Amino acid sequence: MSAPAIGLDAPSTGAGLARPQRTLWGDAMRRFARHRLGVLGLLLLLLFAVLAVAAPIIAPYAQEAQDLSNQFGSWSSAHWLGSDELGRDILSRLLYAARISLMVTVISTLLTTVVGVIVGAAAAYFGGWVETVLMRLTDVVLSLPALALLLVVSQMLRNLTFLRQTFGANNVSIFVIIIILTLFGWPRLARLVHGSVLSLKQRDFVEAARAIGARPGRIISQHLLPNAVAPIVVQTTLRLGEAVIAESTLSFLGLGIAPPFASLGNMLSGAQGYIFRNPWLAVYPGAVIFLVVLAVNFVGDALRDALDPRSRA
Amino acid sequence: MSTFLLRRLIQMAFLLLLISMLVFGILQLVPGGPFDQLLADPQVSPADVERLNKLIGLDKPLPQRYGEWLIRAVRLDWGDSWRVAFGQPVGKVINDRLPQTIQLMSVSILLSMLIALPIGIYSAIRQYSKIDYLVTGLSFVGISMPVFWFALMLMIVFAVQLRWLPTSGISTPGLEKDWLDKLKHMIMPVLVLSLTFIAQWSRFMRASMLEILSLDYLRTARAKGLTERVVISRHGLRNALIPVITILGLDVPILFSGAIITETIFSWPGMGRLLFDAVFGNDWPVVTAVIMLTAFLVLVGNLLADLLYAVVDPRIRYT
Repeated sequence: MSAPAIGLDAPSTGAGLARPQRTLWGDAMRRFARHRLGVLGLLLLLLFAVLAVAAPIIAPYAQEAQDLSNQFGSWSSAHWLGSDELGRDILSRLLYAARISLMVTVISTLLTTVVGVIVGAAAAYFGGWVETVLMRLTDVVLSLPALALLLVVSQMLRNLTFLRQTFGANNVSIFVIIIILTLFGWPRLARLVHGSVLSLKQRDFVEAARAIGARPGRIISQHLLPNAVAPIVVQTTLRLGEAVIAESTLSFLGLGIAPPFASLGNMLSGAQGYIFRNPWLAVYPGAVIFLVVLAVNFVGDALRDALDPRSRA
Repeated sequence: MSTFLLRRLIQMAFLLLLISMLVFGILQLVPGGPFDQLLADPQVSPADVERLNKLIGLDKPLPQRYGEWLIRAVRLDWGDSWRVAFGQPVGKVINDRLPQTIQLMSVSILLSMLIALPIGIYSAIRQYSKIDYLVTGLSFVGISMPVFWFALMLMIVFAVQLRWLPTSGISTPGLEKDWLDKLKHMIMPVLVLSLTFIAQWSRFMRASMLEILSLDYLRTARAKGLTERVVISRHGLRNALIPVITILGLDVPILFSGAIITETIFSWPGMGRLLFDAVFGNDWPVVTAVIMLTAFLVLVGNLLADLLYAVVDPRIRYT
């Protein structure tokens, strides 16, 4: 068979014209890899995740191990980052704190995404009163003075007897913060999903799916959501950063993760009382929060470029 | 326009009612009531707590209490404080605290605007220049920085190490009339409250400006021989500012979150600190009043943002 002189009627036949197959996700990954700060952020996040998960193995001391003879110890071979007001090893506490924060923020972010996607997709797909109720509810939660209510809700939930009995007095703060972060986190994603599903459901391929008799659940999960995945992924990533800040802020104010667990926020509220004696105590936990959130924001930015090149601002 | 306004106002009233029920309901769920903490003191007997509860009417059923509260609340009578300022009317407590918060917020908003808008505009005009990269990088830093940690770092540098600024309060005892002393007390809280806004607004301004700069009518303006300065300021900036003007109304919730954190850290005697103390002291009348006030301001902010949008952009009409 002779290749045509001009034109590309049969591109696969000409040896010089053969191209490797490129998929949507392959393209996205290539674009992501070009975003240097995004890659750096991803590596940093992976490093933090590994350290956090492995905390019980690599931490040199237990998070509560006190050594009153070594209060405010400075850097040494025994305590790489020094020790705090009770002689506890700061490095070990940071590792455990990162572990708890990671768990809390990842779980709450996933829950946030699930709730947001379900609410947004259902509202947009079904329309009518379902849409009215769900989207007004979204507006209400979005227009609430969030932190003010967070304080009240958190104070209330922590003292609920049945929660204390179910989870144990020590663990209750962890569950409460997961609930709270989810409760106040889902509306923005719901709005986003609502918007993209609204525009998608007018398209012909959705009409075709409906014509061959697909049920709403199938149309939403197989046809609508896969096409809205880019903004969902980006928003979920950015939400992770917000959750880290929200968790540490609440813990700092004394309404998040409570001792005996070390968290990045409650380490900082402990350190605030000693900024004159040992300012370094206040530096480390905040630096960890800052680096994690910065890395998350870089990754989110890179993902936006990679998955949704048109939205580049 | 007036039907739009009426509809929005009715919606607002309904929302406030909903929020008040929510807050009232949540507070009732606190087991044991507001005075159980007092039992830690051996001199306080359960009978005393019982008597206190009766004194403030906690023995009545919830719907009755909510009804009574609502009737008083619509007349802006919030009852008396239980703990934070025992026995004083909540209205008076809030009146004492409000000026400090307004002072802090207005200075911060002004400062943020003065910094964020020019750098946003500049980095849009010089897109991909070194300054643009620097601004974008710094705004990433600003957005990623936990506000309370930024406050602690400022404290460590300027109060602990350099000893230039005081760590907390609104003025040094005995120097209440000294404006320089007051200014020194304001610097760090204002910087902390402004951080988020500067980072966000400069990004927003840059994005808005970039969008306008790519439009055809600017090319037309250049083509008819206008100078670059006129093209940017008269034609570009005016339209780019439209979305930016409204952002302030929408950012009221962030402003209040920021005030809670900032005032708590710097012991600034404003509304944020008041709410924090009231939540921990189980001072329900104060908590309810502050949250209702905040919710009201948030809703008004949203409404103003929408109205302002129609004012600056004649293409938008509300019906």
